[in-house]
Amino acid sequence: MIEIQELYKYYGDQRAVGPLTTNIERGEIIGLLGLNGAGKTTTLRILACDLLPTSGSVKVAGVDVVERPDDVKSKVGYLPDRPPLYEDLSVSDYLTFAARLRGVPSDKTAKLVAEAVELTELGDVAKKIIGSLSHGYKQRVGIAQAIVHAPDLVVLDEPISGLDPVQIVEMRELVKNLKGEHTVVLSSHILSEISETCDRILVINSGKIEWSGTESELSLALRQGSRIAITVRVAGVSEAAAQARASEIAQKVPGVSSVEAANATEAGPGIASITVRGEGDLRDTLCRALVQADVGVISLGREQELESMFLELLGESGEGAPVRRKKKRRKEGEEAPAAAPTEGGAA
Amino acid sequence: MSTALLIARREFSSYFRSWLGPILIAAVLLADGILFYWKIGLDQKLLSAQVLIEFFYNASGPTMIAAVILTIRLLAEERQTGTLILLNTSPVKDRDIVIGKFLAAYAVLALTILLSAYMPAWIFVHGKVAIGHVVVGYIGLLLLGAAITAIGVFGSALATSQVVAAIITTVIALVFVLLWIVAKASEPPLNQYLAALAVHHENFRPFMQGILQPSGVIFYLVFTYAFLFASVKVLEARRWQ
Repeated sequence: MIEIQELYKYYGDQRAVGPLTTNIERGEIIGLLGLNGAGKTTTLRILACDLLPTSGSVKVAGVDVVERPDDVKSKVGYLPDRPPLYEDLSVSDYLTFAARLRGVPSDKTAKLVAEAVELTELGDVAKKIIGSLSHGYKQRVGIAQAIVHAPDLVVLDEPISGLDPVQIVEMRELVKNLKGEHTVVLSSHILSEISETCDRILVINSGKIEWSGTESELSLALRQGSRIAITVRVAGVSEAAAQARASEIAQKVPGVSSVEAANATEAGPGIASITVRGEGDLRDTLCRALVQADVGVISLGREQELESMFLELLGESGEGAPVRRKKKRRKEGEEAPAAAPTEGGAA
Repeated sequence: MSTALLIARREFSSYFRSWLGPILIAAVLLADGILFYWKIGLDQKLLSAQVLIEFFYNASGPTMIAAVILTIRLLAEERQTGTLILLNTSPVKDRDIVIGKFLAAYAVLALTILLSAYMPAWIFVHGKVAIGHVVVGYIGLLLLGAAITAIGVFGSALATSQVVAAIITTVIALVFVLLWIVAKASEPPLNQYLAALAVHHENFRPFMQGILQPSGVIFYLVFTYAFLFASVKVLEARRWQ
C-alpha cells in the first residue's frame, strides 16, 4: 500500500526526515512512535501530499506523491494534529464540503457523509455548529472528514492528543473500526496510546526508523536489562543492616550486574530499599532468593514501565534527543509546571 | 473550475455567517452616502455629470478599503486556524484555491458596489446624466475593486497571520495608489511608466468621467491577473519549503 524508499526531507539545512525506507501493507494499522521533533508529522504530511520530499520516493497504492499528487490525495484522508475544521459550519455541512472537495460526485455525497457520521458516532451532533462542540467531538469530526471520501489510506497525526480517558477509549475503538476498509497510519509520542490499536509500530527517531515490529516484540526488546526496585524488611536490625543483607543476597543471584542502595520507599524498623540491574527479567529469581534467606519482601517490581524505558532508549540513541527533551522540559517547566511529567512519567 | 466555485461558495457564505459581511456593506454604503450628500449639500449648483464624477471619485476610497478588509482573512486565517491543510491535502489545484477565494471576496465587494446604485439613480431621476456614464463609472469601480482584491489575495497568501496580511496588503495597495505622486516628481520617460502603473489616478479617472478606454480595462485585468498568478506561485512555493 505504501512504499517509501530513501526518503529525505530538509527544512533549509536542517534534516527533518531521512534516510527513511519502509513498506506498509494494505489493511494494516501502523503506529508511528517517536518523541516530539522526531520527524513523525513531516513524514505524515509527505504521505498526505501537504509537503514535498526533498529526495527519495514515496508511493501510495503505486502512485508517486510527487509525480501525481492529485491522484494520491484522492486516495488519502488526513487528520493533522489540529483538526482542520471550519467552526462556523455545521458538522454535516462541513463533511459535505470536505467530500465535494475530495472529488466525491454530488449524487454520492449524502450517502458517504451519512456513513462517516455513523462510523464516527456523530449522529447526535450532525446539525450542530462545529464551534459549539467539545474537543472530543471535534476530534471525531476531524476523523470523519478524513474518511468521508472512502480513502484507501487514512493518516492520523496524534489523534488521541488532548482527549480525556473516556474519549481515548472511544477513539481507540473508532480507529480499530477503520481496519479492513482502510490502511491506517497514526502517530503518537506516547507508546501506550497506540500499542493497543496498532498491528505494527515503527519507532522513529531523528527522522529515521529505529525499530519496527509488534507491540509484544517491542516490549520484549525494551525490557532486556531493566532495573528492579525492591523494598525489604529484616526483623530486629537497622535500615543500613537490612540494606546490606538484601544487597549481599541480590548480588549472588545469577544475571545480576549491579546492586545499588536506594531511599526507602516506606518508613519503619528494618525496612530498606535497593535497586538491582541485570540481564532479562529477574523478578521471580530475586524474590525467591530473598525469601529463602529469610528476608521479607514488601514490594518488588520493575523500576520503569515500558513507556519510560522507550523514552530512555530514544534519549540514549537519538542524535540530540536528550538535549531536545531537556529544552522541552525546561520550557514546560516555565510555562506549565504541571504538564512537565507527562512526557517521561506516563506509563 | 467547479472546485473553485465550491471554495468560493463556502467562503462567500462565511462572510454572512459572521457580522463581517453585513457590517462592511453597511459601513461602505454609509460612507458613500455621507460623501455623496455632503458634496451636493456644499454645492447645489453642480452639474449632474459633475456630481456623478464626484460620486465615483468618492466611492473609490471606501471600495478600496473594503477590498483590503474583505481579503485579509482569505488565506491568512486558513493558515492561522489550520484549515488550509484541508485544501492542500485535497485534490485541488492551487489556482482553484486562489480563484475561489478571489471570487468570494469579489462577489461581496461587487454586491456592495452595486448596492450604492441608488445614488446615481437619484441623479438620473433628478438631473440629466447619460446612462452610459453611470455604467462606465461602475465598470471602473468594479475593475478597481478587482485590482485591490487581487492585491489582498496576494498579501493574504504571503502572510502567516491576518495582521501581517493587513499590513502587506495596505502597503502594496498604497504604493500602487500613490505612484502618481512619485510620477509627478520624476523625470520623463520614467514618469509616464510610473503614472501608467498607478492603480487609481491615471487609470481610474477616465471611468469616472464616463469614458471607457480599452487600455484602462486591459490595465486592470492584467494587474488583477498578475497578482492572482503571484498568489498561486506563493502557495506552490510553500510546498517546497
